Amino acid sequence: MNIGELLRSFPELTVTGVTQGAIYALVALGYTLVYGVLRLINFAHSEVFMVGTFAALFTWGLFGLDSNTERPSIGVALLAILAAIVVAAVTSAAVALLIEVTAYRPLRHRNAPPLAFLITAIGASFVLMEVAGSLTVRRPFGVPALLPSKPLFDIGGWAVTPTQVTTVVVAIAMLVGLDYFVQKTRAGRGIRAVAQDPNTAALMGVNKSRVIALVFILGGLMAGVAAVFNDIKTGSTKFNVGFLLGLKAFSAAVLGGIGNLRGAALGGLLLGLIENYASALFGSNWRDFVAFVALIALLMFRPTGLLGESLGRARA
Amino acid sequence: MSALRERLRISNLPKPARYSLGALGLVFLFLLPNKWFYEYLGIPLGFAYIPLYTTKNDMASVLFICTWIILLSLGLNVVVGYAGLLDLGFFGFFAVGAYVVALLTSPESKLLTEYNWLESPWPWLVAVPIGIALSLLAGVLLGWPTLRLRGDYLAIVTLGFAEMIRIVAKQQDWILNGDRGIPEVGHPPGSVGGEPLFSFDAKPYYWLALCVIILAVFLIRNLVRSRVGRAWVAIREDEDAAELMGVPTFRFKLWAFAIGAAVGGLSGTLWAGQANFVNSTTFSLENSILVLSAVLLGGAGNIAGAILGGFLVIYIPEWLRSVGDVFGLPETVTVGGSTYDISPTSLRFAIFGIVLIVVMIFRPQGLWPNRRRAAEIQHRKKEVAVGE
Amino acid sequence: MSEQPSLDKPSDAPEPTPSAAPAGDRKPLLEVDNVTLRFGGVVALNQVNFTLYEGEILGLIGPNGAGKTTCFNAMTGVYTPTEGAIRFQGGKISGQQRFKITKMGIARTFQNIRLFPEMTALENIQVGADAHHRTSVPGALLRLPRHRREEKDGLKLAHDLLELVGIGGTEHEAARNLPYGSQRRLEIARALATRPKLLCLDEPAAGFNPAEKQDLMQLIKKIRDTGVTVLLIEHDMRLVMGVTDRIVVLEFGRKIAEGSPAEVAADPKVHAAYLGVPADAA
Ligand SMILES: Nc1ncnc2c1ncn2[C@@H]1O[C@H](COP(=O)(O)OP(=O)(O)O)[C@@H](O)[C@H]1O
Ligand SMILES: [Mg+2]
Repeated sequence: MNIGELLRSFPELTVTGVTQGAIYALVALGYTLVYGVLRLINFAHSEVFMVGTFAALFTWGLFGLDSNTERPSIGVALLAILAAIVVAAVTSAAVALLIEVTAYRPLRHRNAPPLAFLITAIGASFVLMEVAGSLTVRRPFGVPALLPSKPLFDIGGWAVTPTQVTTVVVAIAMLVGLDYFVQKTRAGRGIRAVAQDPNTAALMGVNKSRVIALVFILGGLMAGVAAVFNDIKTGSTKFNVGFLLGLKAFSAAVLGGIGNLRGAALGGLLLGLIENYASALFGSNWRDFVAFVALIALLMFRPTGLLGESLGRARA
Repeated sequence: MSALRERLRISNLPKPARYSLGALGLVFLFLLPNKWFYEYLGIPLGFAYIPLYTTKNDMASVLFICTWIILLSLGLNVVVGYAGLLDLGFFGFFAVGAYVVALLTSPESKLLTEYNWLESPWPWLVAVPIGIALSLLAGVLLGWPTLRLRGDYLAIVTLGFAEMIRIVAKQQDWILNGDRGIPEVGHPPGSVGGEPLFSFDAKPYYWLALCVIILAVFLIRNLVRSRVGRAWVAIREDEDAAELMGVPTFRFKLWAFAIGAAVGGLSGTLWAGQANFVNSTTFSLENSILVLSAVLLGGAGNIAGAILGGFLVIYIPEWLRSVGDVFGLPETVTVGGSTYDISPTSLRFAIFGIVLIVVMIFRPQGLWPNRRRAAEIQHRKKEVAVGE
Repeated sequence: MSEQPSLDKPSDAPEPTPSAAPAGDRKPLLEVDNVTLRFGGVVALNQVNFTLYEGEILGLIGPNGAGKTTCFNAMTGVYTPTEGAIRFQGGKISGQQRFKITKMGIARTFQNIRLFPEMTALENIQVGADAHHRTSVPGALLRLPRHRREEKDGLKLAHDLLELVGIGGTEHEAARNLPYGSQRRLEIARALATRPKLLCLDEPAAGFNPAEKQDLMQLIKKIRDTGVTVLLIEHDMRLVMGVTDRIVVLEFGRKIAEGSPAEVAADPKVHAAYLGVPADAA
């Protein structure tokens, strides 16, 4: 254990942890939304995210930006990021909806057992990952440099780069927007109603199929946004980028209490921080290890996650 | 048609016929890896001869892969199929078994070279029980805290467990030596005419694994047909009701987990001997998913289904390559300067993905489901009457 | 608390009924001692007291939502009472593990049938019979003698119980495919297979027509006559009157009356409770 290292780079670790946590949180929301409504681990959500990372790359290509080009001006960079967010979010949402329609909906119509859903989820995940792997020859793709790497400010070691600011600001905006949508709008009430009690919701006239499609789309949008910032943060993407990140994001959702939107945000943030502190304490090799240990330890003491599991209110 | 099928069911045949069929099947399986035998297996198709064997890879090696995957499916089938516990990190136990054997039997093991815990490498035969025992222990240690949790959480915790094993294995300076791995893993004993029986040839390993599978099937069948198996199914169907009917649910879930882990570990010990070299790259999570796919594709909760599934997920992609060979299909294509690998083995996960979705939609119980409750009820009645 | 001797004499009784003993000799089997059970704000049971004596059939009645099922759940370890205690043969059972309570000798059926749907009728009962079997994984793996003996005994018991509850011939049907009435009977057989001292039946006649109900009541008497104490939840007052030795009446989680069927039937409080809600015996 290297406590000195932790103390020395505490500000830096916290800032990168929060940034990483923001990305986890966005992806975790997709798991939590679908789980809340369908009680299904959408295993293929990681690939929704992965497609988003390539959609963003493609968008930047249209701007004439690739990993070899010079850093563009701030204006162009922001515009490129905005465009990538839109394209990636829409693409990811479309993929998410496609998965729901092709892999899950037929099973629901046949009233299949839960395990069947999980395996089609895995199937969909493999299809997407392997197709992407084949198309990209399984090699990593570099991401163009966009925002300046010089910190915006640096107060007593608390240095924050423009990328980190943008990531966190956009993530918070998305989280707040989603929370508003689910809590305040009519469609959001439908989601909560189905999450609480599908049968009663159906009796009250909520269209379950529409609600389900909606949660996949919402989850896809969030994952697409996360994908853009993951590209920028890590500087590259690969066909299997979704696997570990998806696993972590799912852990984050469980950590916060699966089915609980605010829990997903909290879980993501915590996981990002834990990981970064752990990498200072035990070496970066052990960062993922510690993340999973933390998850198991938490589940031992709070089996329903930090905030409890609910999309509306507690369930029986 | 269905009446005919009913009549042709193996279980509907008289006992001597069933036994001879079984014996013939076994002889076939033991002969299978011999070139002089399998060369004649194929489908003449007018202009071409489509082999049923594999041409791109040594048939015996492919068969050996099939056997250790089948062993894994058998283990996972206990956990997922019978007890209904979702284990997404099953390959972790395989890794434990493989690494234990590697560490104990390799002269390059850090247990000898750095830590001086061992004087000299242990024989394979001694290492195997230890590997199985430690896998079982890992199963208990993982199950103890997590089996009280709801099923979905178990899934994620087991996924995390396999990933943790992989992370430990990846550490270069640690005992498992990262991707440099542990070479010169020990082989099973035995020699024929002065030559060691088990070295790099996959054939003897296939035979050995076949025997192990037969033993495993026998033992698992005993379990499934006992109160243990009934308890598992009861837990799967209604855990609360089971507990209220006097089933110690936690204990039997833990048993399922431990038995599954032990069989998974056993598979790892067999594989390590043949592979001769164990490093961190084998234990990717895709393999856990591959085994899960095998179980669910074959038919969860049915031993024969698990075997079929394990066989299919390995053999079919390999066999498709041979078919491609016959028709002169290329294994790679070059488009716009990039070369794409389109061999069935490398595309198998994509193809399986589609197959899994299609099978689950049209046949969610798997290809060979547990059909003891289906049309042969009449038959079973008789069996029970004679005191089964 | 008078006896109801006229009801206690089924013609085919294999042994004398213990409940016919005078009141002073009766041994308490289960004591519900001042039990209160809350779900958040809802008080499902409010300081409920009653005692079950060996060999009797006790009726537990009350309008919907009175707390009858909750009472069962407390007795079988599904819920732990917020206050008070439940004692079985003198030992406290609240807080025990559920499967251990079953092994001690309390078995139950469920208001909403909870059979193992894909298992056969026989297997369902065998699961119950396994409650007292000691074979575990090693014994079953190696098919040791004890395992074989237990399997044989369990299978025989299962066959016998199927006959007893009157659904012989359905051995190899999946429970899910049985008609509704047979499912209710199968639940009773499964509970009996755990060799209980106390059998708790939660509305076993729900959904039955009058003739079927009469059959069932005969069955319940038959079960009692084999030495099993029975606690019966039933909506249908007339039915309960005909079969029980004593009755406890719950309303809104409180015990409002206790006594012989005649006493309870005459109790104005009971009348008020039952008239206060729509009679929905079905
Ligand atoms: N798990 C629970 N959570 C909250 N309230 C419950 C629960 N179980 C029962 N109740 C409440 O306790 C009261 C008694 O229910 P119950 O025992 O089922 O009545 P009944 O006499 O019809 O069997 C009801 O008001 C019911 O809503
Ligand atoms: Mg009730």
